[in-house]
Amino acid sequence: MERKVRVLVAKPGLDGHDRGAKVIARALRDAGYEVIYTGIRQTPQMIAEAALQEDVDVVGLSILSGAHMALVPRVIEELKKLGMEDVVILVGGIIPDEDVPALLEMGVAGVFGPGTLTSEIVATIENALGRELA
Amino acid sequence: MNHNLMDLNTPSGLTEALLAGNRRALARVISHIENNTELARPLLAALYPLAGKAHIIGVTGSPGTGKSTLVNVLAGVYRQRDLTVGIIAIDPTSPFSGGALLGDRVRMRDLAGDPGVFIRSMATRGSLGGLAQATADAIMVLDAAGFDRIIIETVGVGQSEVEIASAAYTTVVVEAPGLGDEVQAIKAGVLEIADIFAVNKADREGVDRTVMALKMMLSLGVPERFQVMHHGRMLPVEIPQPQPESEGWTPPIIKTIATTGEGAEELADAIEHHRLYLEQSGGRVLRDRLRAATELRMILRDYLLEQLLDRTPHDVLQKTIDAVARREVDPYTAVQRLVHANH
Repeated sequence: MERKVRVLVAKPGLDGHDRGAKVIARALRDAGYEVIYTGIRQTPQMIAEAALQEDVDVVGLSILSGAHMALVPRVIEELKKLGMEDVVILVGGIIPDEDVPALLEMGVAGVFGPGTLTSEIVATIENALGRELA
Repeated sequence: MNHNLMDLNTPSGLTEALLAGNRRALARVISHIENNTELARPLLAALYPLAGKAHIIGVTGSPGTGKSTLVNVLAGVYRQRDLTVGIIAIDPTSPFSGGALLGDRVRMRDLAGDPGVFIRSMATRGSLGGLAQATADAIMVLDAAGFDRIIIETVGVGQSEVEIASAAYTTVVVEAPGLGDEVQAIKAGVLEIADIFAVNKADREGVDRTVMALKMMLSLGVPERFQVMHHGRMLPVEIPQPQPESEGWTPPIIKTIATTGEGAEELADAIEHHRLYLEQSGGRVLRDRLRAATELRMILRDYLLEQLLDRTPHDVLQKTIDAVARREVDPYTAVQRLVHANH
């Protein structure tokens, strides 16, 4: 039996617009993943703790507030503190192109703006986990 | 705790870390068991004898009754009483995609950051009754890890209520007024498995009607729970003679408003009363035997099926399916042929 991939979808910080995150969560469910949706107003510590308890393979951060350059490194830091540095990190939302290289440098596996196809996200996840695409 | 020094790759390393309170190890052990990895059996064998101390509470009910929010406040009451809480929140796996949306944590943000709480979301992963064997194993792991109370939250769909009643010592059925269908407890089996009724959203119109309907049904008499377990093909379990002092248990009906926490203390008290009742009446021992019988049956069934399928050549299996589909043979005869075949 092939192992199920578990994905945490969270919105860090104060941004309360969660429709996009919910759309992605459902799309990833339809792609066959188990998606733990934790909702809005998550602190980096809450996200890391949830990722640990749920033993996820992927953490997807949805950020529309523009605070990604502050929030992403803090989430990565909290994950590292809990021994979860192997988790694949994806960032979605409103991310200016010029910030993408810095995010990838931090260890983010993919940055996805509005209009991203689910298949692109799935490809990034499968690739990052070293799995064969069906 | 230095995570780098922990050996989280061997059963003994994981077991030791888990028992020392390492939550990463706990999470990894649950994953190993859920995914049936090669570490799963040794982990189960090591931890199973250490379980049996926790009180396990099942919370079930139709969607929209506010179960997750109720579990959240109940856990909060336990924390105030200095009890540690493990929570397993179960949601259905999509039969089409094999994926699942596990959204119960959203309602439990009050508990975030509390080291005395551990929350794990699990998908049913296509298990027939709605409650996977992996769930029973995850409960055992949380028990062995030392949590005082373990709450399993699941959606009431068909057989899963009966299965949750088998996995839990105290089953709380959550109702809410005005959800259309008068009272979902009328559905076969739900009335018998409830040890406690929580009528949530008690600030809503119709709450007294709901309470009345439940009282009426309870007054019509409820068969002893173990009778329900014996319908369906269980392994035979000897029923110990009822203790003479035990008066029997009438499920209390508790009004709650999960969003404010009203009724949560009463609910926790009722669960506590039931816990004590089970201990005094011998009910706990009986439920342990019923649970053991259920688990043995489930594992035996899966194992024997797997054995049979492993030794049946693929083409033989496909030809058998074709023959049954074309009505050349009935499925019962076909099964006998598969079982007694020499390949």
